[in-house]
This record gives sequence, structure tokens and C-alpha cells, in this order.
Amino acid sequence: MALILDLAAAIREFVRDGDTVAMEGFTHLIPSAAGHEILRQRRRDLTLVRMTPDLIYDQLIGMGCARKLVFSWGGNPGVGSLHRLRDAIERGWPRPLEIEEHSHAGMAVAYAAGAANLPFGVLRGYLGSDLPKYNPRIKFIECPFTGERLAAVPAIRPDVAVVHAQQADRKGNVLLWGIVGVQKEVVMASRRSIVTVEEIVDHIETRPNSVVLPGWVVSAVCEVAGGAFPSYALGYYPRDNSFYRRWDEIARERQGFTEWIERHVMATADFAEFRRRLVAADGRRPHQTANG
Amino acid sequence: MAEPQYSADEMMTVAAARMLRDGAVCFVGIGLPSAAANLARLTHAPEAVLIYESGTIGAKPSVLPLSIGDGELAETADSVVSIAEIFAYWLQGCRVDVGFLGAAQIDRFANLNTTVVGDYRSPQVRLPGAGGAAEIACNAREVLIMLRQSKRAFVAKLDFVTSAGYLDGGDSREKLGMPGRGPRAVITDLGILTPDPPTKELTLTSLHPGVTTEQAIAATGWPLKVAANLARTAPPSAAELAVLRDLNQRTARAHGEGA
Repeated sequence: MALILDLAAAIREFVRDGDTVAMEGFTHLIPSAAGHEILRQRRRDLTLVRMTPDLIYDQLIGMGCARKLVFSWGGNPGVGSLHRLRDAIERGWPRPLEIEEHSHAGMAVAYAAGAANLPFGVLRGYLGSDLPKYNPRIKFIECPFTGERLAAVPAIRPDVAVVHAQQADRKGNVLLWGIVGVQKEVVMASRRSIVTVEEIVDHIETRPNSVVLPGWVVSAVCEVAGGAFPSYALGYYPRDNSFYRRWDEIARERQGFTEWIERHVMATADFAEFRRRLVAADGRRPHQTANG
Repeated sequence: MAEPQYSADEMMTVAAARMLRDGAVCFVGIGLPSAAANLARLTHAPEAVLIYESGTIGAKPSVLPLSIGDGELAETADSVVSIAEIFAYWLQGCRVDVGFLGAAQIDRFANLNTTVVGDYRSPQVRLPGAGGAAEIACNAREVLIMLRQSKRAFVAKLDFVTSAGYLDGGDSREKLGMPGRGPRAVITDLGILTPDPPTKELTLTSLHPGVTTEQAIAATGWPLKVAANLARTAPPSAAELAVLRDLNQRTARAHGEGA
């Protein structure tokens, strides 16, 4: 049964140096608060797995927490580059970053295979692409029934999954809705899992086909209101597109990035204080909007 | 009546939108393709089904999404499914008529690079990577591609093939056994390129108004083939422009730009 913990305790308990960590959420429900807490606790040598690294991994990579990245699309959605990710790949700063690169479809079947306790996932994919030339973990196999050539990728089995959801009840049963990404797959594929939620309620309103992660498949549930910012939580707050644009400027230079992280993340006690500090700073900036 | 004034990007978006037939099921990339697909839906193709890789099927956004998974897409969709399902059942299951893609670079056989400029292991410029494009390029029945034409983008040799077009041309794509037929057209800010039937080499088949053949050739990094019966793209109609500008203005307001 899931433990109801505060986020700092959950990260302390379930995320260890050297772990393979998959923090998922496809544009929606990105576990940003948990990413900050991993930064604050200075985890090292992580293998980070995520389809779309987004700001959350730009921060962890830029602060040197990652040894390796497994991913399928590494940009700032609708804005451009993830500058810290690029700096790590192009110039090895602040440390060299090993990459294992896939396509979205490849990662999706790799997570599903992990959840299903299969050694690999299979797809009609990667045909004609150079990705298999540079990623030896993408292979082609012959279908034993039809003889067709199909792509195969090894299952992803993280040490720990971290996702965000809208609600959990007091027993740790988690409910999420909207764009649900690969959250269910990644939790089921991982040895341990942490779910941050917008709120813990007495009773989650489920229907028979709702996406529910029963408390007994989750290690810890943490209430972190606004914990997906600047991503969004459908039914709670919208995506803060202006912050995604601003990130381009914050992360562009090494020094500016490091100072921003020190001031806004390392020097704040938790995500709520981070948000308050950001809103206070925004108050002096005429062009910024703060949602949620 | 005076001709309406318009930009090269508006011409490109309108020309691309016209290629999407009503009722088509379209797997949409973010950015230029999303603008064109939604323009089509708001003009001649109200029954087009727009699928975004975030799992949103039948999305009808009133403003263009900044990301591939904006709340607007989920809230206006007929159905929202998981990422594993959208790629497996809907794309790989051959439910998609048209894949609509952008790219950083393209070659003469419409192969696309969105991964890297320079050497993969020590890149000059690291680009975002494949996302959904590699499998859209394999599995969609046909593919439409949009990108601005320049020598930096239209290159003789790609540093990295992220998503397959016609590979080395001729029947090299067919030999790999991909379910989809491959790119049908490349729509740029200068004109429209389509694959020559036997060789599959991209050929300039239509020029947008006011653009010369020389301009198109100068913006291409290989000796560009030009069709003997080169067409002239019809300029955007007043109605097409009005809908596109309205969409862009709503989008800018919603995303907190300028308004």
C-alpha cells in the first residue's frame, strides 16, 4: 500500500544515487516539483529516462545529476532548444552525458514491455532511419509467423518511476485524466514509484474505465498542489506557455542558469516556496503572466 | 478588385492546407503542419480528423497549440488515449491517411533530418530528435512535408536520416516493406515539390505567385529538377487569409503574445 509522504521524504526514501529514474508526463502532468526535490537532495549519477526531457531534465542535466539520458524528443516544446541538454551533448558541460536515443513509438513499446514483464517490445518502426545505426539497442527481428522484419527494443525497467496526477485518496489510490501519456506503463514497469498529486481527497470519483493506479502498485503518494508547473494539470490549471518561453532565456547561458537554479530551487525549501518566489519576481516584470 | 496582400509563410500554410482533403485522418506535427491542418479543418475540410501524438484523436482546437499536448487539444478531442495506444493501434494500425511533418533538413528524396547537424557523436548542432516522426513516415498512408526552402534546409546529403522518405530513390522505400507510400508533396514558402514517379526525386511542380524558378533553384542545395509543365499556385483567397489570420490572432492572444 502506498505511503502518504511529504515529497522530500519520498525522494529521500525511494530515489538513490546511480538509479535509473523515469519521470514521465507527456506535456501534461510533468512532475516538476519532484525534479526540484531531486536537485535539492543532490542525487548523482542518475540514468534519466523520459520521452520528452522537457525543462525538468534540462535542469537535472545542467546541474550535473545525470550520467546518461534515454529519450526520444529533446526540445522545448513550441519554443526551440533545451540549452542545458544541448550543452551537455555538444560540449560535455557540466559533465559528459551518454545518450540512448529512440523514437516515441519505440519508447512507448519499451515501457509497455517493461510493464508486461517482457524482455522487449516490438513495432513497425525505425525503418529507413539512422537511429538503429547509432543505438545498438534497437534491433530488427524476423516474425516467427510471417517472416516480416520488425523492430525490437529492450524493455525499460526503471528503478523508480516518478509521475504527477490530479488526485489520490487517503489509501493512495491515484486518479488521473486528460493526456495520460505513458504514466500507467512507467509505474507498472518500475520497481518503485512516486506519484505527486494536486490534492489528496476523501474519495476519488472514478468510473469503470478511469485511469486509476491502485495504491498497492505505488510506493509513495505526495500531495504537491501545483506540482506540475509550468506544465499543467487538466481541471486545475493551464500550461504556463510564457514560462516555457522564459526558460529559453534562463537556460541559455551556463552561469545564468546555475544562478537561477541556486536562487530558485536550491535556496528554497520546497515547491510552494519556489512558486512564491517566482511570483514575487514576476510582480516586478511587466510581461510575465503566472497561471495557477 | 485588388489582390489581397500576404506573406510567404501565409502562402505556404494555405498551399499546404489545400492538400488535406475533407474527411482525411491526419497525424499532425507541431508548428507549421499544425497551422495548415487546422486551417484546412476551418475552411474546406471540416470533417478532417486531427490526431496529435499526445494521444488526442479528433482534436478541434480553437487556438493553435504551443506544445503537442496543450490542454486545448485534450478538451476538444473526440477521445484521448495513451501514448502506447496512439502509436500502436492508431498509427501502426494503419488508421492514418496523412502524416503531416516538418523538419530541419530534407534531401532530394524527401528523407528528413530532425536529429543532428554534423557528426552524431560530436554534433555541431544537436536538434530535438525523432519524436513521433520516424514511425509517422513509415506508417501513414501518405506524408505531407512543410518547411521553408533554403540551402541550409534543402541539402545534398543529410548528416542523419531521422525519418525515411524515399531513401535512395526508385524502389528503395518499397523494398524495405513500409506500410505507407511515402511523401506526396513538400510545401515550402517558394512552391510545391513532388516526387517524380519512377525516380522519386523531388521536382518543383508549382511555384507560388511572384516567385521565380531561379529563386527556387538558388534555395536548393542540389540541382533542382523543374517540371516541364510548372504550375503557378493560386494565391490565398480573401476567405483563406481571413480564417488563417483570425486563427493566428486568437493563438497569439491565448499564448500571451502582444495582443
